[in-house]
Amino acid sequence: MAAGAKRVEQLDRVVIRFAGDSGDGMQLTGDRFTSETAQLGNDISTLPNFPAEIRAPAGTLPGVSSFQVHFADYDILTPGDSPHVLVAMNPAALKANVADLPPGADIIVNTDEFTKRNLQKVGYAASPLEDGSLESFSVHPVALTSMTVGALAELGVAKKDAERAKNMFALGLLSWMYSRPFESTLRFLERKFVKRPDLVAANKAAFQAGWNFGETTEDFSVRYEVKPAKMRPGTYRNITGNQALALGLVAAGVRAKLPVFLGAYPITPASDILHELSKHKKFGVTTVQAEDEIAAVGAALGASYGGMLGVTTTSGPGVALKSETISLAIALELPLVIVDVQRAGPSTGMPTKTEQADLNMALYGRHGEAPLAVIAPKSPSDCFHAAIEAARIALTYRTPVILLSDNYVANGSEPWLLPSSDELPDLSVSFATEPNGENGRFLPYLRDPETMARPWAIPGTPGLEHRIGGLEKADKTGDISYDPANHEFMVRTRAARIEAIPVPDVEIEDNDENARVLVLGWGSTYGPIGAACRALRQRGLPIAQAHLRHLAPLPANLGEVLGAYDKVVVPEMNLGQLAHVIRSRFLIDVVPFNQVSGLPFTAATLESMLEDVVKNG
Amino acid sequence: MASPVVELKLTAKDFKSDQEVRWCPGCGDYSILAAMQRFMPELGIPREKIVFISGIGCSSRFPYYMNTYGMHSIHGRAPAIATGLSSSRPDLTVWVVTGDGDALSIGGNHLIHALRRNVNLKILLFNNRIYGLTKGQYSPTSELGKITKSTPAGSADAPFNPLSLALGAEATFVARTIDSDAKHLQSVLRRAAEHEGSAFVEIYQNCNIFNDGAFELIKDSATRDDHLIRLEQGQPITFGSESQFSVVHPAGAFGLAVRDSAALDGETPVVHDATVDDPAYAFALTRLSGSDLGTTPIGVFRDVKRPTYDQLIQKQLEDAKAQVTGTPDEMLDQLLNAGDTWTIM
Repeated sequence: MAAGAKRVEQLDRVVIRFAGDSGDGMQLTGDRFTSETAQLGNDISTLPNFPAEIRAPAGTLPGVSSFQVHFADYDILTPGDSPHVLVAMNPAALKANVADLPPGADIIVNTDEFTKRNLQKVGYAASPLEDGSLESFSVHPVALTSMTVGALAELGVAKKDAERAKNMFALGLLSWMYSRPFESTLRFLERKFVKRPDLVAANKAAFQAGWNFGETTEDFSVRYEVKPAKMRPGTYRNITGNQALALGLVAAGVRAKLPVFLGAYPITPASDILHELSKHKKFGVTTVQAEDEIAAVGAALGASYGGMLGVTTTSGPGVALKSETISLAIALELPLVIVDVQRAGPSTGMPTKTEQADLNMALYGRHGEAPLAVIAPKSPSDCFHAAIEAARIALTYRTPVILLSDNYVANGSEPWLLPSSDELPDLSVSFATEPNGENGRFLPYLRDPETMARPWAIPGTPGLEHRIGGLEKADKTGDISYDPANHEFMVRTRAARIEAIPVPDVEIEDNDENARVLVLGWGSTYGPIGAACRALRQRGLPIAQAHLRHLAPLPANLGEVLGAYDKVVVPEMNLGQLAHVIRSRFLIDVVPFNQVSGLPFTAATLESMLEDVVKNG
Repeated sequence: MASPVVELKLTAKDFKSDQEVRWCPGCGDYSILAAMQRFMPELGIPREKIVFISGIGCSSRFPYYMNTYGMHSIHGRAPAIATGLSSSRPDLTVWVVTGDGDALSIGGNHLIHALRRNVNLKILLFNNRIYGLTKGQYSPTSELGKITKSTPAGSADAPFNPLSLALGAEATFVARTIDSDAKHLQSVLRRAAEHEGSAFVEIYQNCNIFNDGAFELIKDSATRDDHLIRLEQGQPITFGSESQFSVVHPAGAFGLAVRDSAALDGETPVVHDATVDDPAYAFALTRLSGSDLGTTPIGVFRDVKRPTYDQLIQKQLEDAKAQVTGTPDEMLDQLLNAGDTWTIM
């Protein structure tokens, strides 16, 4: 198969969206394309988008699942605002996604699925392939299903299995179009279907048929290449936020020399962390799938009490249920990491869509004065480092820490420059072994003057037997106390010790140092905000960007940073929760910019909003 | 149970903490505490290896008074917290102290799941059939029609039979005892401590403020013998001041029945065996008594073996660790570098 017959065009970046029915294997297809692209050395950012229903009725709009991948020969920050290429496996996938396409975009459609019935299911009166409604796009009709079945005819696989391999045909075609290396996909298929050699053969053949189709058909006259990006030297792997977060927790356990104990209850979009951690028992990681969210955090707290690194992972509804136990952990002053992979709420909301609306809950969602540390990762790979940082704070300062991930970073992926274990911080802790009071008495609430942490005296330590609990404790002795002055002191101490946790200063990105407008974000909005700022600067509009990893306590220099700009804009995927914090804390009249659609900001949205602020104040 | 490393000569006094005990004078909890402190030295387990975890309620103050490790946690959650501790620290002996409101109402879910998992916990449920700490509302074990502060017209709630519930939750050890019978209480604690896995012990406990005399029928020496059935392993189940009653398994019936010993009509008293694998037997025993306490068995109803959660969890960890090569840092580097990687020079 000579590839030289087609013209090869160079591109600097491409955004492809694979869209189909929930059962069409679009997530897997996108994942494989991403992996091939990573092998090539492009920078990548991905965004899956799928319904909460496992299999909504076939061919309907609610059943559409998609996966967007953005790859480039330079460093990119987002999965891309709008796709250059849409692969639509059925009319529903076309209808659900066509509005996102810019004029001139390529649409590859599986014509086999454009039956009268399927068109009717999604309300198409006539086929969009024939009624001229797609005129502004470049449509490539491909009989994906029947060509796949045809290609597999000689392999003797069941018709249903042959049809199911159509996603590999599509992947083969796209891999050809963008000159992707495909060896890793073939190896992947061998692994995935290791017990079904017939399916390995079928899927490989479907992939090959798709590739060959691209090469031979006249409909695709051009083949594209995207050169590798200039990235920092080192070894990379593509990683989702949930995977990175799980590995970060494993790493934290290794670097703390403590077994990790995860108590979790399955919840979208956090369950993948449980799945991943359950594989790492050889690191001493225990995972308990508890009977409910409350038991999950309870078990984690019990394990922390016993000297483990206790962790619980959940999403917003789960944090609500865990609230009382988190307050207990605050009173007990024990380490605990609570991971909240935020999703659109309230209540069940949109479990597979993203939002940042749990910030208030993380900061304030407990009874009594119950302060704790809150941090948020800014990208999929940053989840690794954020998990280590959460563990560091929890262990060093003996406090619960809430880590606010969200669906966007949790399921999105990007290349991750792999750290070496010796570059990671040493999180070693020492348990109390000796009495710390007079006459051999142990005082469980006698604090370390530097960290304000109380001793971690784990059961099994002779001579340090003591009782702790949720009732107010006397300073130092930990005995039950209803003394008014003691309560006042303890409440203020609990607040002060969290406020005193040293966190890194917030950094400012302001290339020309002449910006008058600062955009302040937190968590997963880093990518789109960064991309918008870059675009503005390229157009000669100065803008500064600061991004918060630590939400509690806030960086010590934040007030000074905010005060140095005429305007501070705070984009958030909520109704202004950080903006509220900043206003009340610093008395700065920030400009909130809010989106609660369940989707991440596009860079274009932020660019146009920020342009308006920069130009018009 | 863990065995002692060195011979310990502990006494009841060693298990008394320096905290002033603050239950109401006359509360049944005092006698349970005293029995526990007297019994503990028998175990031969060093104090530092023993942990008491409780929830909320009068009974849940218990850990503060034991000179061991202890946590007074939050309402209903003690079994969950104890599950995390026990499964990660199999070297510890973990006791859960709870009450009828704590274990059966707000914490019902954790209780049944701890039992089904067979976590190595000794769960003591102090059942006084009332909410004491909140000053006298009915509890999930209060009798139907009970008049309390929150049910002036009588409770419309059917009560739980805690032992039936525990058996339904696959408990491997189920027992009942009474606060005022120190000897029996200690004997049941001993059996619970010896059991590997979840041991569920219901202790009838008198709340002399809000539900005084709730168990008088089986405590008062004038009535006790005709209503209390003492279960003894290997012994025919008979009771009454002159053994005038027998527990039999009537032909064709699912459950057990009480008969006049003098008129058994070919039936024979059931010989008690707590190790019977079929929980139907222990369940039938639990059904002999209801709210009225008319014929109330005490003792060990069920004591069977099943792998504990702690053992299963630890086994998985040990199996995985057997495959370990290299230092933790080296393993971590391997883990991070797993999968499809690429290198940029």
